Amino acid sequence: MSDFLRSYLTVAIFGLVGFALVGAFLGLGRLLRPDKPNLAKTEAYESGVDPTGDMWSQSNIRYYIFALLFVMFDVEAVFIFPWAARLEAYEIFGLIEMAIFIFILLLGLLYAWRKGVLKWV
Amino acid sequence: MILAADPLYGGDLLGDILITLLKAGVAFTFLLVAVMLMIWFERKLISDMQNRIGPNIAGPWGIFQTLADGIKLFFKEDLVPENADRFVFKLAPYLALVPAFLVFAIVPLGGDFNRKDGSDGVVSIFGHDTFLQVADPPMGILFFLAMSSIAIYGIMLAGWGSGSKYPLLGAVRASAQMISYEAALGLAIAAVVLQTGSLSTHDMVIDQAAGGYGGIIPNWNIVVTGFVPFFVFFIAGTAELNRPPFDLVEAEQELVGGFHTEYSSIRFALFFLAEFMNTITMSAIMVLLFLGGPAGPALFFPEGWWIGTFWFFLKLMAFLFTFVWFRATLPRFRYDQLMDLGWKVLIPISLAWFLLLAGLRLGDDRDWTYNETLAFMVGCIITFALLGGLLIGAINTARAERVREEADRG
Repeated sequence: MSDFLRSYLTVAIFGLVGFALVGAFLGLGRLLRPDKPNLAKTEAYESGVDPTGDMWSQSNIRYYIFALLFVMFDVEAVFIFPWAARLEAYEIFGLIEMAIFIFILLLGLLYAWRKGVLKWV
Repeated sequence: MILAADPLYGGDLLGDILITLLKAGVAFTFLLVAVMLMIWFERKLISDMQNRIGPNIAGPWGIFQTLADGIKLFFKEDLVPENADRFVFKLAPYLALVPAFLVFAIVPLGGDFNRKDGSDGVVSIFGHDTFLQVADPPMGILFFLAMSSIAIYGIMLAGWGSGSKYPLLGAVRASAQMISYEAALGLAIAAVVLQTGSLSTHDMVIDQAAGGYGGIIPNWNIVVTGFVPFFVFFIAGTAELNRPPFDLVEAEQELVGGFHTEYSSIRFALFFLAEFMNTITMSAIMVLLFLGGPAGPALFFPEGWWIGTFWFFLKLMAFLFTFVWFRATLPRFRYDQLMDLGWKVLIPISLAWFLLLAGLRLGDDRDWTYNETLAFMVGCIITFALLGGLLIGAINTARAERVREEADRG
């Protein structure tokens, strides 16, 4: 196995141990704790009054818009990181190209801003 | 470009596996003990700042308080709400805790990086040369970004799976907050990557250990990248952790407990654990990215493998203290202020700073003269001023529109 893959294997093993540890905690808890559920205990918590209406209520559309904006910047990170790691290989050409890319991105942000999506009401 | 693989790989397989397991074991133990102490440290420190005594019964100075709380939680009944999506409800604690663990794998915990013989932090454990970090994958720091994204799933699914109103509100709020700041976080890291020319965390430490200005100011990225990415990362990191002043996720007055309202017993403890573990790993990542990780200030040169660990812990403690200090001092943000700070301040600033750094870095690479560098900086400042003007224009237009709307309404 190459060195490259081995370091990931180590991470994978570390992750599996993490999962096992969480599992062990939960297993130990299961052995130790009492288990006597009744309706009063398992009802959804609403500050002590009886819960009303649908539990999966609708949420503000703005959260969704922020998620869309985030996708824009996350995709940008995909381009920026490899470029940043090998900047000297691309020289001035790369710098100007990246400047244009980021400018377009900022225009997108400005558009969203101008549209008032960033305004939280 | 530096590309140094862990010298451990390539030796005999059995030895490698044993050393890797040993390192993983040490890292695990360290994390769990550190979380325990961190919770105690936070409670004790915050009581001091609020003129209280804090935990003082369990053990000397109440140091076993966390352990006692943990044991108590094992004996508590574990309730699953009747409306809950049972699978998602039980999956969420895993998704919250395991990424917090995993990030720690890429943090260099020690090794003498300042030694002049070019050993670059390699230490010898039972005759095997290796780095003092669990793994050094080539995409290093991207792994941190990936894991912090997965942690958002843990919170979102916990809130959604609970089948209750408060957790759902808390979870939606949390994920919107965390993704907003993740963009700024990534851009601050990009500035460091630009400086190092590598994604590997070990290479980042090597890069920061070298040289320094006059042997007094160390060559740490906080100085080299010009402070702005550090502050952006610090603010975005605090928001990412949902720690005060960005703790809107579990604003008790509005949301009861936030996304973990319906969790009880050991499942709640796992979320709690994850939160503090994230605080520790985020501090460790900040030390790594901006304060040279285990590399000490170039001024002092005691030798030995332990010196890196010493510096690392000193810097880690400084950050942990600051986080508690924030909590004791700063009032919580309002949600619109939070979003404004993330999208309208941090992202534009870090993008502009990133471009400036890229230009300077390139100039450094091409041996620009003083005048050329100056011309570049002036050009940048003019561009930023133009963009800033555009921005202010946009703000004014928006404000005028709002005023008009309000006038129309009545």
